[in-house]
Amino acid sequence: MNILRRNVLKGAGAAGAVSVAVAAGLMTPTAAFAGWNKAGFESRDLGGAMGSIGGNAAAASGDISVKAPDIAENGAVVPVEITSSIAGTDSIAIIGEKNTMPLIAVFNLSNGAQGYVSTRIKMGSTSNVIAVVKAGGKVYKAHKEVKVTIGGCGG
Amino acid sequence: MAEPMKIRASMSGDTADIKCLMNHPMETGLRKDAKTGGMVPAHHITNVTATVNGKEVLDAEWGGGISKNPYLAFKVKGAKAGDKVEIKWVDNKGDSNTADTSIS
Repeated sequence: MNILRRNVLKGAGAAGAVSVAVAAGLMTPTAAFAGWNKAGFESRDLGGAMGSIGGNAAAASGDISVKAPDIAENGAVVPVEITSSIAGTDSIAIIGEKNTMPLIAVFNLSNGAQGYVSTRIKMGSTSNVIAVVKAGGKVYKAHKEVKVTIGGCGG
Repeated sequence: MAEPMKIRASMSGDTADIKCLMNHPMETGLRKDAKTGGMVPAHHITNVTATVNGKEVLDAEWGGGISKNPYLAFKVKGAKAGDKVEIKWVDNKGDSNTADTSIS
Protein backbone atom coordinates (compact mmCIF):
# COMPACT_ATOMS: atom_id res chain seq x y z
CA MET A 1 0.00 0.00 0.00
CA ASN A 2 1.19 3.43 -0.94
CA ILE A 3 1.23 5.36 2.33
CA LEU A 4 1.40 8.79 0.72
CA ARG A 5 -1.64 8.03 -1.37
CA ARG A 6 -3.55 6.87 1.72
CA ASN A 7 -2.73 10.11 3.48
CA VAL A 8 -3.73 12.24 0.54
CA LEU A 9 -7.06 10.45 0.32
CA LYS A 10 -7.69 10.58 4.04
CA GLY A 11 -6.73 14.19 4.47
CA ALA A 12 -9.15 15.75 2.06
CA GLY A 13 -12.63 15.35 0.62
CA ALA A 14 -13.15 13.45 -2.62
CA ALA A 15 -12.90 16.29 -5.12
CA GLY A 16 -10.26 17.98 -3.00
CA ALA A 17 -8.14 14.85 -2.87
CA VAL A 18 -8.16 14.53 -6.63
CA SER A 19 -7.23 18.14 -7.24
CA VAL A 20 -4.50 17.99 -4.57
CA ALA A 21 -3.12 14.86 -6.19
CA VAL A 22 -3.19 16.49 -9.61
CA ALA A 23 -1.50 19.61 -8.27
CA ALA A 24 1.19 17.54 -6.59
CA GLY A 25 1.83 15.74 -9.87
CA LEU A 26 0.85 12.40 -8.39
CA MET A 27 -1.82 11.82 -10.99
CA THR A 28 -1.83 12.86 -14.59
CA PRO A 29 -4.78 15.11 -15.41
CA THR A 30 -6.03 12.60 -17.98
CA ALA A 31 -6.43 9.99 -15.25
CA ALA A 32 -8.67 12.31 -13.30
CA PHE A 33 -10.95 13.72 -15.94
CA ALA A 34 -13.67 16.27 -15.26
CA GLY A 35 -13.53 16.08 -11.49
CA TRP A 36 -14.28 12.38 -11.27
CA ASN A 37 -13.12 10.46 -8.21
CA LYS A 38 -11.52 7.67 -10.24
CA ALA A 39 -9.73 6.03 -7.32
CA GLY A 40 -12.95 5.91 -5.32
CA PHE A 41 -15.23 4.67 -8.08
CA GLU A 42 -12.77 1.98 -9.17
CA SER A 43 -11.99 0.86 -5.64
CA ARG A 44 -13.01 -2.77 -5.14
CA ASP A 45 -13.28 -2.70 -1.37
CA LEU A 46 -15.52 -0.85 0.99
CA GLY A 47 -12.65 0.72 2.94
CA GLY A 48 -11.14 2.22 -0.20
CA ALA A 49 -14.48 3.55 -1.36
CA MET A 50 -15.31 5.05 2.03
CA GLY A 51 -11.79 6.45 2.39
CA SER A 52 -11.93 8.16 -0.99
CA ILE A 53 -14.92 10.21 0.10
CA GLY A 54 -13.67 10.81 3.63
CA GLY A 55 -16.33 8.50 5.04
CA ASN A 56 -14.26 6.26 7.32
CA ALA A 57 -14.79 8.52 10.32
CA ALA A 58 -18.49 9.05 9.64
CA ALA A 59 -20.76 9.05 12.68
CA ALA A 60 -24.03 7.16 12.48
CA SER A 61 -26.90 9.62 12.36
CA GLY A 62 -30.64 9.20 12.86
CA ASP A 63 -31.26 12.35 10.83
CA ILE A 64 -30.55 10.57 7.57
CA SER A 65 -33.25 8.41 6.09
CA VAL A 66 -32.37 5.77 3.52
CA LYS A 67 -35.49 4.61 1.75
CA ALA A 68 -35.10 1.44 -0.27
CA PRO A 69 -37.14 -1.74 -0.69
CA ASP A 70 -36.68 -4.49 1.95
CA ILE A 71 -36.49 -7.03 -0.83
CA ALA A 72 -35.38 -6.19 -4.34
CA GLU A 73 -36.39 -8.79 -6.88
CA ASN A 74 -34.07 -7.33 -9.47
CA GLY A 75 -30.74 -6.08 -8.21
CA ALA A 76 -30.16 -4.18 -11.45
CA VAL A 77 -32.80 -1.62 -10.53
CA VAL A 78 -33.12 -0.78 -6.85
CA PRO A 79 -34.88 2.51 -6.14
CA VAL A 80 -33.15 4.46 -3.39
CA GLU A 81 -34.22 7.70 -1.79
CA ILE A 82 -31.98 9.50 0.68
CA THR A 83 -33.16 12.36 2.82
CA SER A 84 -30.86 14.20 5.17
CA SER A 85 -32.46 16.57 7.62
CA ILE A 86 -29.04 17.68 8.89
CA ALA A 87 -28.81 21.45 8.43
CA GLY A 88 -26.31 22.52 5.78
CA THR A 89 -26.03 19.18 4.01
CA ASP A 90 -23.28 19.66 1.41
CA SER A 91 -23.10 16.26 -0.19
CA ILE A 92 -24.70 12.84 -0.21
CA ALA A 93 -22.84 9.72 -1.32
CA ILE A 94 -24.41 6.33 -2.01
CA ILE A 95 -22.48 3.13 -1.39
CA GLY A 96 -23.49 -0.49 -2.05
CA GLU A 97 -21.69 -2.36 0.69
CA LYS A 98 -21.06 -5.63 -1.16
CA ASN A 99 -20.94 -4.34 -4.72
CA THR A 100 -17.78 -5.18 -6.65
CA MET A 101 -17.19 -1.45 -6.88
CA PRO A 102 -18.94 -0.13 -3.77
CA LEU A 103 -18.97 3.61 -4.49
CA ILE A 104 -22.06 4.29 -6.58
CA ALA A 105 -22.52 8.05 -6.61
CA VAL A 106 -21.65 11.32 -4.92
CA PHE A 107 -24.07 14.24 -5.11
CA ASN A 108 -22.73 17.69 -4.24
CA LEU A 109 -25.53 20.07 -3.35
CA SER A 110 -25.43 23.86 -3.45
CA ASN A 111 -27.52 27.03 -3.86
CA GLY A 112 -30.66 25.81 -2.14
CA ALA A 113 -30.58 22.16 -3.19
CA GLN A 114 -32.13 20.18 -0.33
CA GLY A 115 -30.64 17.17 1.41
CA TYR A 116 -32.56 14.81 -0.81
CA VAL A 117 -31.74 12.63 -3.78
CA SER A 118 -33.66 9.83 -5.36
CA THR A 119 -32.25 7.47 -7.96
CA ARG A 120 -31.99 3.82 -8.95
CA ILE A 121 -28.91 1.75 -8.25
CA LYS A 122 -27.49 -1.70 -8.99
CA MET A 123 -26.80 -4.13 -6.17
CA GLY A 124 -24.74 -7.27 -6.63
CA SER A 125 -26.04 -9.10 -3.60
CA THR A 126 -27.95 -8.69 -0.36
CA SER A 127 -26.23 -5.97 1.65
CA ASN A 128 -26.55 -2.52 3.10
CA VAL A 129 -27.09 0.63 1.12
CA ILE A 130 -24.96 3.19 2.92
CA ALA A 131 -25.55 6.92 2.70
CA VAL A 132 -22.65 9.18 3.64
CA VAL A 133 -23.64 12.79 4.25
CA LYS A 134 -21.27 15.72 4.64
CA ALA A 135 -22.61 18.73 6.49
CA GLY A 136 -20.67 21.65 7.92
CA GLY A 137 -17.34 19.85 7.68
CA LYS A 138 -18.62 16.77 9.52
CA VAL A 139 -19.41 13.37 8.09
CA TYR A 140 -22.44 11.27 8.95
CA LYS A 141 -23.80 7.97 7.73
CA ALA A 142 -26.86 5.76 7.77
CA HIS A 143 -27.72 2.49 6.13
CA LYS A 144 -30.53 0.16 5.18
CA GLU A 145 -30.35 -3.49 4.27
CA VAL A 146 -31.77 -4.59 0.95
CA LYS A 147 -32.26 -8.29 0.21
CA VAL A 148 -31.48 -9.00 -3.41
CA THR A 149 -32.88 -12.11 -5.03
CA ILE A 150 -31.26 -11.61 -8.47
CA GLY A 151 -27.95 -9.75 -8.59
CA GLY A 152 -27.56 -6.75 -10.83
CA CYS A 153 -23.82 -6.65 -11.38
CA GLY A 154 -22.33 -8.87 -13.98
CA GLY A 155 -24.34 -11.77 -15.35
CA MET B 1 -25.83 10.86 -30.78
CA ALA B 2 -27.37 10.47 -27.40
CA GLU B 3 -31.09 9.95 -27.14
CA PRO B 4 -33.27 12.68 -25.64
CA MET B 5 -33.69 13.04 -21.89
CA LYS B 6 -36.94 13.57 -20.05
CA ILE B 7 -37.01 16.33 -17.50
CA ARG B 8 -39.81 17.67 -15.32
CA ALA B 9 -39.79 20.37 -12.66
CA SER B 10 -42.70 21.50 -10.53
CA MET B 11 -43.16 23.59 -7.42
CA SER B 12 -44.38 22.06 -4.21
CA GLY B 13 -44.59 24.73 -1.54
CA ASP B 14 -41.36 26.74 -1.62
CA THR B 15 -39.37 23.86 -3.06
CA ALA B 16 -38.97 22.78 -6.66
CA ASP B 17 -39.15 19.04 -7.35
CA ILE B 18 -36.91 18.24 -10.27
CA LYS B 19 -37.05 14.82 -11.91
CA CYS B 20 -35.04 13.55 -14.80
CA LEU B 21 -34.77 10.36 -16.87
CA MET B 22 -31.66 9.84 -18.95
CA ASN B 23 -31.00 7.29 -21.67
CA HIS B 24 -27.74 5.51 -21.08
CA PRO B 25 -26.55 1.86 -21.04
CA MET B 26 -24.53 2.38 -17.81
CA GLU B 27 -22.10 -0.50 -18.40
CA THR B 28 -19.94 -1.14 -15.36
CA GLY B 29 -17.15 -2.84 -17.29
CA LEU B 30 -17.69 -5.98 -15.18
CA ARG B 31 -20.32 -7.66 -17.35
CA LYS B 32 -19.58 -10.44 -19.81
CA ASP B 33 -20.95 -10.36 -23.31
CA ALA B 34 -23.01 -13.56 -23.65
CA LYS B 35 -22.18 -13.93 -27.37
CA THR B 36 -18.45 -13.30 -27.43
CA GLY B 37 -17.51 -14.20 -23.86
CA GLY B 38 -15.46 -11.01 -23.64
CA MET B 39 -16.00 -8.24 -21.14
CA VAL B 40 -18.30 -5.42 -22.12
CA PRO B 41 -16.22 -2.25 -21.73
CA ALA B 42 -17.24 0.30 -19.13
CA HIS B 43 -19.56 2.94 -20.54
CA HIS B 44 -21.33 4.99 -17.94
CA ILE B 45 -22.17 8.54 -16.97
CA THR B 46 -19.45 10.09 -14.80
CA ASN B 47 -20.72 13.60 -14.13
CA VAL B 48 -24.14 15.16 -13.87
CA THR B 49 -24.65 18.85 -13.25
CA ALA B 50 -27.86 20.77 -12.75
CA THR B 51 -28.43 24.50 -12.75
CA VAL B 52 -31.41 26.70 -11.91
CA ASN B 53 -31.29 30.00 -13.84
CA GLY B 54 -27.62 29.33 -14.53
CA LYS B 55 -26.72 28.80 -10.86
CA GLU B 56 -25.34 25.37 -10.04
CA VAL B 57 -27.49 23.39 -7.60
CA LEU B 58 -26.22 19.85 -8.11
CA ASP B 59 -22.87 18.44 -9.15
CA ALA B 60 -22.84 14.66 -9.07
CA GLU B 61 -20.19 12.05 -9.78
CA TRP B 62 -21.45 8.63 -10.80
CA GLY B 63 -19.91 5.22 -11.14
CA GLY B 64 -21.30 2.21 -12.98
CA GLY B 65 -23.45 1.36 -9.96
CA ILE B 66 -26.29 3.58 -11.14
CA SER B 67 -28.95 1.61 -13.02
CA LYS B 68 -29.32 1.62 -16.78
CA ASN B 69 -31.36 4.56 -18.09
CA PRO B 70 -30.78 6.52 -14.89
CA TYR B 71 -33.47 8.26 -12.91
CA LEU B 72 -32.59 11.24 -10.78
CA ALA B 73 -34.76 13.39 -8.55
CA PHE B 74 -33.77 16.22 -6.24
CA LYS B 75 -35.29 19.27 -4.58
CA VAL B 76 -34.27 22.92 -4.69
CA LYS B 77 -35.48 25.44 -2.16
CA GLY B 78 -35.89 29.06 -3.19
CA ALA B 79 -36.56 28.35 -6.85
CA LYS B 80 -39.65 29.92 -8.43
CA ALA B 81 -42.14 28.89 -11.08
CA GLY B 82 -40.77 29.91 -14.46
CA ASP B 83 -37.13 29.42 -13.48
CA LYS B 84 -35.10 27.55 -16.04
CA VAL B 85 -33.65 24.20 -14.99
CA GLU B 86 -30.89 22.63 -17.01
CA ILE B 87 -29.36 19.17 -16.50
CA LYS B 88 -26.27 17.98 -18.29
CA TRP B 89 -24.43 14.67 -18.17
CA VAL B 90 -21.05 13.56 -19.45
CA ASP B 91 -19.95 9.92 -19.78
CA ASN B 92 -16.57 8.20 -19.70
CA LYS B 93 -16.35 8.25 -23.51
CA GLY B 94 -16.84 12.00 -23.62
CA ASP B 95 -20.44 11.89 -24.85
CA SER B 96 -22.79 14.36 -23.27
CA ASN B 97 -26.39 15.43 -23.33
CA THR B 98 -28.36 18.36 -21.99
CA ALA B 99 -32.03 18.95 -21.27
CA ASP B 100 -33.84 21.97 -19.94
CA THR B 101 -37.30 22.93 -18.81
CA SER B 102 -39.11 25.66 -16.91
CA ILE B 103 -40.41 25.03 -13.41
CA SER B 104 -44.21 24.81 -13.48
